[in-house]
Amino acid sequence: MAFELIKQKYTGSIRKVTLGLGDKAVTVGGRSAFPFYTFEGEMPHPPRVAMEIWDKDPSAEWSDAAKEPFQDVLADPVAWAKKCIDDYGAEIIVIQTKSADPNADNKPAQEVAAVVKKVVDSVDVPVVVWGTANHEKDTEVMRAVAEACAGKHLALSPVEEGDYKQIGAACLGYGHTVVASSPIDVNLAKQLNILLGNLGVKPENIIIDPTTGGLGYGLEYSYSVMERIMQAALTQQDEKLQQPMINNMGNEVWKSKEANLTADEAPDLGDPKKRGVMMEALTAVVLLLAGSDVLVMRHPDAVKLVKGFIAQMV
Amino acid sequence: MGLTGIEIYKLLPKTNCGDCGVPTCLAFAMNLAAGKAELDACPHVSEEARQKLAADSAPPIRPLTIGTGDYAVKIGGELVLFRHEKTFVNPPGFAAVVATDEDDASVAGKMERFKASQWDRVGLTLRPEMFAVKDVGGDAGKFAALAKRVSDETGAALILMSENPDVMKAAAGELKDKKPLIYAATAENADAMGALAKELGCPVAVKGDGTLDSVIALTEKLTGMGIKDIVIDTGSRELKKLFQDQIQIRRAALKNRFRPLGFPTIVIANEMADDLMGEGLVAGTFVAKYGALIVMSDFQPEVLFPLLIERLNIYTDPQRPMMAEQGIYPINNPDENSPVLVTCNFSLTYFIVSGEIEASRVPAWLLVQDTEGLSVMTAWAAGKFNGESVGTFINKCGIMDKVKHKSVVIPGYAASISGELEEEIPGWSVVVGPREASHIPKFLKSYQPA
Ligand code: B12
Ligand code: SF4
Repeated sequence: MAFELIKQKYTGSIRKVTLGLGDKAVTVGGRSAFPFYTFEGEMPHPPRVAMEIWDKDPSAEWSDAAKEPFQDVLADPVAWAKKCIDDYGAEIIVIQTKSADPNADNKPAQEVAAVVKKVVDSVDVPVVVWGTANHEKDTEVMRAVAEACAGKHLALSPVEEGDYKQIGAACLGYGHTVVASSPIDVNLAKQLNILLGNLGVKPENIIIDPTTGGLGYGLEYSYSVMERIMQAALTQQDEKLQQPMINNMGNEVWKSKEANLTADEAPDLGDPKKRGVMMEALTAVVLLLAGSDVLVMRHPDAVKLVKGFIAQMV
Repeated sequence: MGLTGIEIYKLLPKTNCGDCGVPTCLAFAMNLAAGKAELDACPHVSEEARQKLAADSAPPIRPLTIGTGDYAVKIGGELVLFRHEKTFVNPPGFAAVVATDEDDASVAGKMERFKASQWDRVGLTLRPEMFAVKDVGGDAGKFAALAKRVSDETGAALILMSENPDVMKAAAGELKDKKPLIYAATAENADAMGALAKELGCPVAVKGDGTLDSVIALTEKLTGMGIKDIVIDTGSRELKKLFQDQIQIRRAALKNRFRPLGFPTIVIANEMADDLMGEGLVAGTFVAKYGALIVMSDFQPEVLFPLLIERLNIYTDPQRPMMAEQGIYPINNPDENSPVLVTCNFSLTYFIVSGEIEASRVPAWLLVQDTEGLSVMTAWAAGKFNGESVGTFINKCGIMDKVKHKSVVIPGYAASISGELEEEIPGWSVVVGPREASHIPKFLKSYQPA
């Protein structure tokens, strides 16, 4: 007797969420099975790779390996975003508003928003704006961004329990998507989606950020919480968790010590560039297997590897 | 256990004699089903029932060991599909291929890299543990010599790769005491390979034609010959197909207790990508999704090290964070004037911070406060690393008898506890250190406790 495939029964599917506008708008979600389990369900919209840019020159913080591909554009967010799209095939741009960090440069919200707007106006792919996770500052910055880029259908992040009312309202008012961010916990993720719903944010405008730990720095926690969110969504009819997920992962991977050690500092860890790229690409694979729909990545070589992986798996 | 209490009860003598320590056979059956009793406690059970129950209680995925000594690799024995359900137990073994047609320098280079691949992390040693020795061309003498050389020079657990039973016999016969994995029994050679595995007492891999039916036919044949230690290669070399195979095998074993697929699997990543980084992504996929042995073309640290970290992450018990013991840790022979730093007892944090202090060569006292294994910020957010808890710990741990100065350095991310902490340790000053541990050496070089 021939072996018959053993199939999981699914009772739900992930909602479709569209980022951006026009030809280059990107739809994610719609999946009715565990990620890449296409032998028993649909995966109409494969996961997407977004690339990050910073709104300040990151030279002082980045390793040579990470800087090298962007050497000519690191101080110019607009050129940087274009390079990601034109040269490296970024399908989404994520602007990290690092310049706003109250513990560092603390640039005023209006100035931050002006730079964001410049980038948004000069690219045609969807844009996600990622704040510093400081509630007061993010509220100021995101309000200014939401207004300056009214109708551009950005996604604003992270929207947390402590600032969802303010940032959620700004998203509602100016037509942007909410990235609902909670600290590695199924119940908190669900709770925040309920709160956003009560505020009037529609499910088709919510993406979950489950919080990302990098390889060797909490990745296993992100992996398991994502698997649990996904199981609740797909097999336990938990409607409040049926949202696509995004992982701001390049930033986590590249801040780890092992991704930054030079060949002199760590002769036993091999080629520093390949090591960092491998750490980033592997983290991406693990997150994809756990259910990520949008990966925010940094190094073009890692982006290429991961796109190749996705292409083989769909 | 698959059988229910009632099903087990039917197999018992039903005399209610009480010799097992509980009054009735039914009560005993219930205990067995719940895993609270051992069958041996009943002296009256029939041989036939014993066999049925033993077969039923065998682990759904056969646990087995490849290799001996230091580098022995335990695989199989997994009980869950998702790590959060319990934990994944036996991390996959990593192997690199060396072939009989490979030149000497290349083989020597791989052995060098194998030996150099040893990294300490969170108190564990990360390293690969295997070599896959491959026969190309069917020269039995050459194959046996290469296998012996690799075994002697590295001590690694071995996968012997040849589909020619005579060639296999030469190497496996010589090294049988090292329990190498015989790879592979195929539809063509299964009788001879099976007989060889049985004779030598070595585990054996089956290699299918890309279908699970072909795998099942092979494992049934080998189990029919009395062989228990089997590893599965489905023969699929396409990423997506192998992904599906792995999921089906794990589900069949766990959900359906389907014995013919109740074995650990081997992934031949070097036949699935064009370069080592591509192989790395294949390997990474099956570290998460159920591979038990992973073969690559080489060990290069920039690819291997990230994979070993991934393996560590995925196979960490999700119910229990790894923890360091609360206490005072002297680093680099500190004295009464040395700086005092405080951190949490999440083992990752402890090892990172103590490693940086050690590397700075500055003598220091590291205080590790019990935060139930939570990292600094997580513990802070959970109320387990705040002014009060850190203050109580500093007061009680005895550090005040060890140093003459009165200052303590706290993690940069915990800056917000500094006011509250100063109130708890009157007379002491609280210094906010850098945020990232990697900046500790630079900090310590210019820091003088007051
Ligand atoms: C993994 C993780 C978890 C895991 C726990 C892992 C663990 N064992 O601690 C889980 C899922 C259980 C968890 C739970 C929670 N988490 Co959590 N978690 C994380 C995550 C992703 C990584 C943390 C980590 O492992 N870091 C690695 C270790 C090594 O870092 P570390 O201990 O801070 O050490 C570094 C530095 O502090 C420094 N350092 C350490 N000691 C010292 C000492 C000195 C003297 C110096 C100078 C430096 C120094 O060196 C280290 C390396 O640079 C972070 C987000 C992130 N990406 O960082 C959130 C995060 C820490 N969690 C957060 C929260 C809120 C929680 C919860 C309270 C959520 C909830 N309400 O349930 C719970 C609390 C737990 C509980 N209820 O018991 C928040 C904290 C927010 C804040 N700053 O207030 C974070 C930042 C996420 C977020 N952005 O919201 N979490
Ligand atoms: S010892 Fe065996 S026969 Fe006697 S009560 Fe227990 S299970 Fe029944």
